[in-house]
Amino acid sequence: MLTAPLEYGLFLAAMLFTMGFLGLLVRRNLIFMLICVEVMLNAAGLAFIVAGARWGQPDGQIMMIFILTMAAAEVAVGLALILSIYRRTKTLDADVVSQMHG
Amino acid sequence: MNLLWLIPVLPLTAFLILALFGRRLPKALSTVVGCAFMGASGILAIIIALQFLLNLETTPSYTWSSGTWFTVGDFSPEFAFHLDGLSMLMTLVITLIGFLIFLFSTAYMATDEDISRFFAYMNLFAFSMLTLVLADNFLLLLLGWEGVGLCSYLLIGFWYTNPENGYAARKAFITTRIGAVGLILATVLVFRATGTLNIEEVLLIAGNWVSGNAIVTAIAVLLLLAALGKSAQLPLQVWLPDAMAGPTPTSALIHAATMVTAGVYLIARTHVIFELAPMVMTAVAIIGTATMLIAGSSALIQRDIKRVLAYSTISQIGYMFMALGVGAWTAAMFHFYTHAVFKALLFLGAGAIITAVHHKQDMFEMGGLRKVIPGVFYPFLLGCLSLAAVPFITSGFYSKDLILWKAYTSTEGNILFVVAGLVGAFITAIYTFRMVFITFNGKQHTEVDHKPGPIMVGVLAILGIGSVLAGFVETPHVLGSIHLFSDMLQYSVQDVTMNKVDYSQEWVLMGISTLLVVAGTGYAWMKYGKGAEAAPTMSPLNRFLYNGWDFDSAYQHFILNPYASFCRAIGIDIIDLLYKLVGLIARFFNLVLSRAQDGFVRHYALGIAFGTILVIYLFIS
Amino acid sequence: MNFPFILFLIASFVALGSTALAITGRHAVHALLYLILSLLSVAVIFFLLGAPFIAALEVIIYAGAIIVLFLFIIMMLNMGTRDHNSDWIQPVNWVGPGVMAALLLAVLGTAIFQGNPGILDTRVVTPQEVGISLFGPYMIGVQLAAMMLLAGLVGATHLRKRDH
Repeated sequence: MLTAPLEYGLFLAAMLFTMGFLGLLVRRNLIFMLICVEVMLNAAGLAFIVAGARWGQPDGQIMMIFILTMAAAEVAVGLALILSIYRRTKTLDADVVSQMHG
Repeated sequence: MNLLWLIPVLPLTAFLILALFGRRLPKALSTVVGCAFMGASGILAIIIALQFLLNLETTPSYTWSSGTWFTVGDFSPEFAFHLDGLSMLMTLVITLIGFLIFLFSTAYMATDEDISRFFAYMNLFAFSMLTLVLADNFLLLLLGWEGVGLCSYLLIGFWYTNPENGYAARKAFITTRIGAVGLILATVLVFRATGTLNIEEVLLIAGNWVSGNAIVTAIAVLLLLAALGKSAQLPLQVWLPDAMAGPTPTSALIHAATMVTAGVYLIARTHVIFELAPMVMTAVAIIGTATMLIAGSSALIQRDIKRVLAYSTISQIGYMFMALGVGAWTAAMFHFYTHAVFKALLFLGAGAIITAVHHKQDMFEMGGLRKVIPGVFYPFLLGCLSLAAVPFITSGFYSKDLILWKAYTSTEGNILFVVAGLVGAFITAIYTFRMVFITFNGKQHTEVDHKPGPIMVGVLAILGIGSVLAGFVETPHVLGSIHLFSDMLQYSVQDVTMNKVDYSQEWVLMGISTLLVVAGTGYAWMKYGKGAEAAPTMSPLNRFLYNGWDFDSAYQHFILNPYASFCRAIGIDIIDLLYKLVGLIARFFNLVLSRAQDGFVRHYALGIAFGTILVIYLFIS
Repeated sequence: MNFPFILFLIASFVALGSTALAITGRHAVHALLYLILSLLSVAVIFFLLGAPFIAALEVIIYAGAIIVLFLFIIMMLNMGTRDHNSDWIQPVNWVGPGVMAALLLAVLGTAIFQGNPGILDTRVVTPQEVGISLFGPYMIGVQLAAMMLLAGLVGATHLRKRDH
């Protein structure tokens, strides 16, 4: 199977994570922000798989399963929140929904 | 007798039921709960009283104890009730008159939304008052003392939507608080001097002290202060007239019959200490006499029927204090007991009148009510006869006469007290019948459409008969010489020794007081016999009397205002600046940090990211 | 330069490129399609790394379920699939996030390339091994995950209910 330096896999995960992070900071649309969060979660999962593959153990994969579970729950709640925000404000602009300022 | 604890616990149970479930119970049921427990307590009190009186010679006192309340070092007060002649008298008055007033309230408060709250407070009051009088030690007494103060506050401010009622409630609470401080200090001092708080033991130990030494005088002064506050005597009497803001049954129960006489009870209970401090005894008598005259003269000019009764209450308690001051403990308690009956009657009668005339309280707007509400008039008249001490048939006559006689004969007494007491009797007759004539005679100024129902009239009738009969348990030597009342109290309080005098002088005293009552009544008839058309204009003197000798504004000018300016003066303080600086720093950070909470999710994410990067950096470096 | 490594590189570039397009896309639906592409290429990488089970899950759950959920919502909101707010395109809005992202990447890169992490010499970790481990030592984690899913379910239901 694959034989490659460990850094390549980890750096790929880092780059994907950074991309998702950049998108999260730049985008103002709530749906896009949620997509960016998904990208970041996926990148974190990739890092786990790479690390697990380094030692040939199943633990990394198990962590990825947990991340998947969490992502599913998070998306369900997040999308429900987005829906109710949209119904209340008729917009998906995260900056408009800023009543919770101190 | 071992059910003694149940007497205070029954009203407490009613209070708990009403306080916890009052809102959910239907009005009728909470009324029944409010009354029934008090009634049961009253029946139990009668049974225990009969048991107690039959065995008075063999067991002059009985103590029920639930064991130690708490223990701190070698101080372990008990939670115990002590029954003797004195506390039994108080218990009977509280439960029986209390029950009648509760019964009256069911009709009086029937239309009130908050009737369950009313009965909850009243029951809590009954519990506190019973704890106060049955208390075996000073600490439990203090518990009851504060409890009745709290209930008084709650009930004066019962109709809390009117801010004036809240003001009156606070005034009463704060004024009586001055007295309560006296009681607390006295308790501490008693414990320091005797090492116990059990009243019986304290009195036994105190019996061995030298008369007039510093500590006993200090204790007596502090107890006197407590009594002055609770019983509305000079100079703390200012709260009672304003306390009339509460519902009328409250005024009858708390501010006439029971709570305000707690001071009298306290002094009678600790009479041994007062006997050892002759100076304080004299002070008690002088304060009582002065209060009696000041309050009586204020009652002469009042327009609000309840304020007349309030000033009259202060004045009558003045009589009791005069009796206490001359060492006539029995006479004071006798007057307490007759006063409780007829003053409860008068307040309830006033309540019935007030409901009849659309909640007006100004006597000059009533008038001519004699034919309209005879069911109220006749009992009310009986109460007034008693208050004015009309001779031979009324209870007020016997008790007042006993006080004057004792003031005359006691070794602590003085002829001046007797003269003042006679003047007081004259004034009492005037203001009492002025009230009766203005209210019931002459032209009717207000239409009556809400006549009192059978419950109100029934309660008034019972109290009316009571106010006549109550006096015959103790009569002067020249009039049958019945001594049931003083026999009952003989093991609790022993009067100061009396000078040997010829009993025939009693006739002279009674003759003079009768003459004065007749004169006062006649004067009132001349002036107000045909009723009163309009409220009189006020001369400066009248205004002075109307305001209760201007004590309120004097306190405002000479105590409250200087105190307030003093507080303002010391409010400017360098050390305070230090604390203000702390506040300012917190304020500054609040300003800065609350800017970070701008509500933009992206900014939060940025913050989180920055923190994460920092942490990772710290890990790898 | 064996064949799997070349495949790994290709998949990596596809993943990076499609992710970049996904986060900068204007149409939500287009962005989701790019995201699916990115997820599929990551699935390829998982397969190459000897985790075929996870690769399958990635396709089924991520690309299948989660993205479909997104699509549902976008259709429900009927938001015209376009992001009307386009001021995020402006360069000035990229400065702060860009600096921050660069910092993050720098720190992560330093962490990764520091020292000698070693060589990936993968073997296939079968679903059987994963299952035995998951329901053995990680049992408590499974239960916690179940509880979290329940909480998510209740939360989402509740949020939807309050609206009506």
